Amino acid sequence: MLPEQDLCFAAAFAPALLDPTRLAPSIVTGPNGKAAGKRYDVYRNNVTVSLIDALAAIYPAVQRITGPDFFRAMARFHIRQTPPASSLLFDYGRDFPEFIAAYEYARPHPWLADVARIERAWLDAYHARDAAPLVPARLAAVAPDRLGDLVFTPHPAAAVVRSPFSAMTIFAANRETTPVERIDASTPEDALITRAEFDVVVRHLPPGGAVFAIHLMSGRPLGEAAASALEASPDFDIASNIAGLIEAGAFTSISLGEA
Amino acid sequence: MTTAIGLGPSTLTPLRFPPPVGGVAGTSFKHEHLNAILADGPQAGFFEVHAENYMGAGGPPHRALEAIRRDHPLSLHGVCMSIGGPQPLDKAHLARFRGLVARYQPALVSEHLAWSTHETSFFNDLLPLPYTEATLACVCDHIDQVQEAIRRPILLENPSAYLAFRESSMSETDFIRIVTERTGCGLLLDVNNVFVSATNHGFSALEYLADFPLSRVGEIHLAGHAEQSDDDGDLLLIDSHDGPVADAVWKLFEIVVQHRGPVPTLIEWDSKIPDWLVLQAEAAAAQVILDRYRPSMLTGDRRAA
Repeated sequence: MLPEQDLCFAAAFAPALLDPTRLAPSIVTGPNGKAAGKRYDVYRNNVTVSLIDALAAIYPAVQRITGPDFFRAMARFHIRQTPPASSLLFDYGRDFPEFIAAYEYARPHPWLADVARIERAWLDAYHARDAAPLVPARLAAVAPDRLGDLVFTPHPAAAVVRSPFSAMTIFAANRETTPVERIDASTPEDALITRAEFDVVVRHLPPGGAVFAIHLMSGRPLGEAAASALEASPDFDIASNIAGLIEAGAFTSISLGEA
Repeated sequence: MTTAIGLGPSTLTPLRFPPPVGGVAGTSFKHEHLNAILADGPQAGFFEVHAENYMGAGGPPHRALEAIRRDHPLSLHGVCMSIGGPQPLDKAHLARFRGLVARYQPALVSEHLAWSTHETSFFNDLLPLPYTEATLACVCDHIDQVQEAIRRPILLENPSAYLAFRESSMSETDFIRIVTERTGCGLLLDVNNVFVSATNHGFSALEYLADFPLSRVGEIHLAGHAEQSDDDGDLLLIDSHDGPVADAVWKLFEIVVQHRGPVPTLIEWDSKIPDWLVLQAEAAAAQVILDRYRPSMLTGDRRAA
């Protein structure tokens, strides 16, 4: 086996890549003994800019809301604190919504972290495993007295994001390039994210709908999920909610859990 | 749906080898060009993709790549294997890579002489390594592992470099030559990288090419670069892939083709992506040069009587 110290170049090269307070490592040089400071900076710049660009690609609505300068400064802080742990960049930025929620300069935009959560769920749905959504006729074939025991298998792309703000409306308005009208941010909104086939779709869930969907997607039987939804919202309508979830492609199959 | 291409990325999918593509020009495949490409109908060239962009479980990226692959040869270009790094290869990443090779049956498979991950951090850049006996052994071991996983030789790409390591004890061309001899891998010669490195380090690109094992070259990359300056105010070229191929790089390319003969050649364009027609025109310009050095007599495969 080779001596360890012969392969320690990466340990010397890596730490200053994301830390501007560190000098370029002494193991590198320009040609003929020339300084390597600006040469090393090329790698620093590639790393930082490409990771900021990766976050900007995942969170375009957040960037549109904050403007690019604010976004890039915020992203730079996050990258230094939490560099990617995977080489799959579409998996990066899972901690970014939490970072935004705690980011001092983002306090005037308390809905921003929830907009980011919807964008993260959007990209997860985009890359999720393809699966055929549940055919509504399957539900119609279940005996009425067994409906309460039905368990639903969630579609790989399906997710729910709840917000005490109008995060979904703000998200939708800022994923477009058209001018954004004034939005009242104070209405709580729940979003259902699905990709039944080609396109990721983000829908509003009606009152009680998020509790219902979350329970069903976590494998609780229909009867229990409906009871929890009614508790959360007395005017919850089970028939329209289950039809809406199935039509959106939130599930792939049903089974009788207790059977 | 075609028969083999639509299969999922299961590790049980058998590895199959498509025919070589020959001396044709290809382009990077960008999703914004999908409709224009499909509207044009099947092209003579090939398309190259970054493997990592297709390592998601499903969704539109795979649909787009299936649509392209149905009528065209594919080049699968890995950018994150970290072959040049000292730490063991990421087994999960290698398995995903193998899954893509099995699913899309690329005509060309390549990776970089570089590293991008250290400990748990992924830096999303092609970082340089010193050329020593120790790094040579490590790189060869990593290439062995990749080639065992996909059961075929890869093409290893020469890097663009902005600095050098004090501890390097051999030249890049010697390093690369020994890697090909030990592992049996082929080479992806990035002519723009040669030009960028030569400018940045003050050596002759022609001498580099004279030392380069051209007979092992199975693919060529051409790309644009940008200009900056180093600490002393001297020109420092950046391998930016964001513009047309420079005149000097076209000249070097012609010299390489003259010596090596026509091999698959990619116009690599990864940011500030132009219209499909612009990319197509760059590929056509490469094809003109490739055709200039095509053997005059078409020999074809000799088949047993």
